Amino acid sequence: MAVLAVGGLLGAAACGNDDSDSGSSGDNGDITLVIDVFGEQGFGYDALYAQFEEEHGVTIQERGRGLGVGDYDDRLFQQIIAGEGAGDVVALEDGTIPLYYAQLERFVNLADHGLDARQADFPDWKWDKGVVDDFVLGLGTDVGSMALCYRGDLFEEAGLPGDRDEVSALYDSWEDFLEVGRDFAAAGTDASFLDAATNFFNAVSLDIAGGSSGYTYFDLDDNLDVDNPDLRTTWDLTIEMIESDLSANLNTFSDEWNAGIQQSQFAAVACPAWLAGVIQGGADGAVEPGLWDIADAPGSGGNWGGSWLAVPAETDHPELAAELVNFLSSPEAHIVAFEELGNLPSTLEGLASEEVQESTNEYFSDAPAGAIFAAGVEEFRAVHFGPQHEAVRAEFEGALQAVEQGEMTPDEAWEAATSNAQLAAGG
Amino acid sequence: MTKLDVTEPPPTDTGRRAGSAPSGKPPNGGWRLTLNRLDLKGSPYLYIAPFFILFGIFGAYPIIYTIWLSATNRSPLRAETEFVGFDNFITLLGDDRFWGSVINTLGIFVIATVPQLVLALMLANWLNRQMRGMGFFRMAIAVPIVTSTAVVALIFGMFFARDYGLVNYLLETIGLDRVDWRASQGHSWLAIASMVDWRWTGYNALIYLAAMQAIPKDLYESAELDGASRGRQFWTITIPLLQPTIIFTVIISTIGGLQLFVEPLMFTSGSGALRGGSTGQFQTMNMYLVQTLRDFHEWGRAGAIALLLILLTVVVSAINYWLIRRISSDK
Repeated sequence: MAVLAVGGLLGAAACGNDDSDSGSSGDNGDITLVIDVFGEQGFGYDALYAQFEEEHGVTIQERGRGLGVGDYDDRLFQQIIAGEGAGDVVALEDGTIPLYYAQLERFVNLADHGLDARQADFPDWKWDKGVVDDFVLGLGTDVGSMALCYRGDLFEEAGLPGDRDEVSALYDSWEDFLEVGRDFAAAGTDASFLDAATNFFNAVSLDIAGGSSGYTYFDLDDNLDVDNPDLRTTWDLTIEMIESDLSANLNTFSDEWNAGIQQSQFAAVACPAWLAGVIQGGADGAVEPGLWDIADAPGSGGNWGGSWLAVPAETDHPELAAELVNFLSSPEAHIVAFEELGNLPSTLEGLASEEVQESTNEYFSDAPAGAIFAAGVEEFRAVHFGPQHEAVRAEFEGALQAVEQGEMTPDEAWEAATSNAQLAAGG
Repeated sequence: MTKLDVTEPPPTDTGRRAGSAPSGKPPNGGWRLTLNRLDLKGSPYLYIAPFFILFGIFGAYPIIYTIWLSATNRSPLRAETEFVGFDNFITLLGDDRFWGSVINTLGIFVIATVPQLVLALMLANWLNRQMRGMGFFRMAIAVPIVTSTAVVALIFGMFFARDYGLVNYLLETIGLDRVDWRASQGHSWLAIASMVDWRWTGYNALIYLAAMQAIPKDLYESAELDGASRGRQFWTITIPLLQPTIIFTVIISTIGGLQLFVEPLMFTSGSGALRGGSTGQFQTMNMYLVQTLRDFHEWGRAGAIALLLILLTVVVSAINYWLIRRISSDK
């Protein structure tokens, strides 16, 4: 509550001046634009803020750096439905943006500010998720295209190849990948093959759904459908993974997960683009550069995560805020953010740029991270999420953890996940 | 100032009328009388009004709003709010997770509070002696109270970590198996109860100590003359005289214990903390309430959980009150 109150006060203070909005004239007096982002390192926009401030004569204040997306979104959703306290520009995340589709009257239609002209800059699936009918809710920032992050040294210790091209050649499908995992486990090293059932489950579900039904838990009409065969296929693969003893059974992003990275407890992670930075941060210097590496994802990849920038209707400066969104989601700005934090651009031009295509990640054994992650982004098929996607996903994650911990049999866990999903979806 | 001034009755209207104007109305007499009467009748209400105004805003209004909420399907995800009567309660009665959270709350409450109060009583009895350096010990037991709950939970969370935790290291050192503290219900309850106890035992001990110091010393002296042992003195003098204090601490601990939230929440780091373990092994009612409110966005159902939590608190407090009265009057 205290955090909320402070956030509200800051928002009120920031929106307190009533200067008329003079658009892009370059002299905006003492206008302050507040932008809400999330994540341990934020979005990597510092240099871009300075440039925008220079060009438009405004001050930009960023909030939310260091906040996890869950905490960030709890707060933002309350601010949006209260119509008070949110920034002039806010970030909406892949899993949670569907929550805001029903709250369009609380946002500025960016098409009113001419930003519908930006459609051609983005892959269709990324553009479409930020648009409801003709209402342009948000413009894309990064995408979470998937690869495999793995420890070359641990692979070699288990008698597998360590080179990224040879690793990529080991598997085509997720079934092949599990076979590789069994070989790894049979070698009897100290490490587990994967970190957790949850990360595996999420990566596989998005890949399989993208190539088939086009949705995970909620069908295209937003009805909960736990009988979706894609969901069951993903579940069964994950159970097979757990029963083959390939998981280190760590709660993703917890202190223990970080400790697991530092202690070399697992050899591979299904890895969206943004996760590479999280792994490096979690290692916290305990794993030297050059041990982690990046190979192709099993299956056809798919997307996990990524954000959009939107403008809440409560802003006093819709024109300027829309302009800031336009600026921060330009290909040039995407490249700046990529070079700063490794967040993969969602603009076609950004993805194709030399800066991205020829980039290497020093920590991940100089892997050509940009080229690996960017491959195929354009061809991804959109996976539809319902408004309660995150809450339902959490129930499935919990049930899988219970199987990992030996607290439930797979059948009990499926029963629990599906019945809890009904409650989480508003049943 | 003379003595006379002090003993003189305060100047009232009647006094003045008798003294200065024996006949006829005093100037402004009617006005003053009305004011005076208003002062006498109205002031007490004014003095207590701040509490009732604040209570109205922060106490009564939320309760009434919650009661209304619990009878609707209000959710930010629905355009229209409909009146659903007891549907939310019926949903909850058939919801395994809700019952799980009730059992977790009561379970953690019992294994945390009973040892905590017994320990606090023993500590207080021990601190209630005249000994060199006792002031230091009395201060020391108060220290855990000033630490933040979140910090306590973080540190205990590290103690009870599965792979690199101190507790598991100690268990292995003495030849036992390591325990996945977050996986099973019993183990997670123990870990959380230990956090609660560490923080609140000293607090209750201080309250007991204060009450013990108010017991007249001559009671103990005469008991000692009669040859009563220290233990006997504790049971026949201290406990009965502490009864009101014990009832107070039990009620306060009941309210606090049933609203347990931060300790179990911080026991999980990373994703899914509100879920209280993979299957809700240590999800308390308050955690389920917040999960229903913030993750499921079912405000009506969350209101129903809040009302059931109040009901449970009242019932458990009443049972405890009755139990303590019986136990301490038996002695």
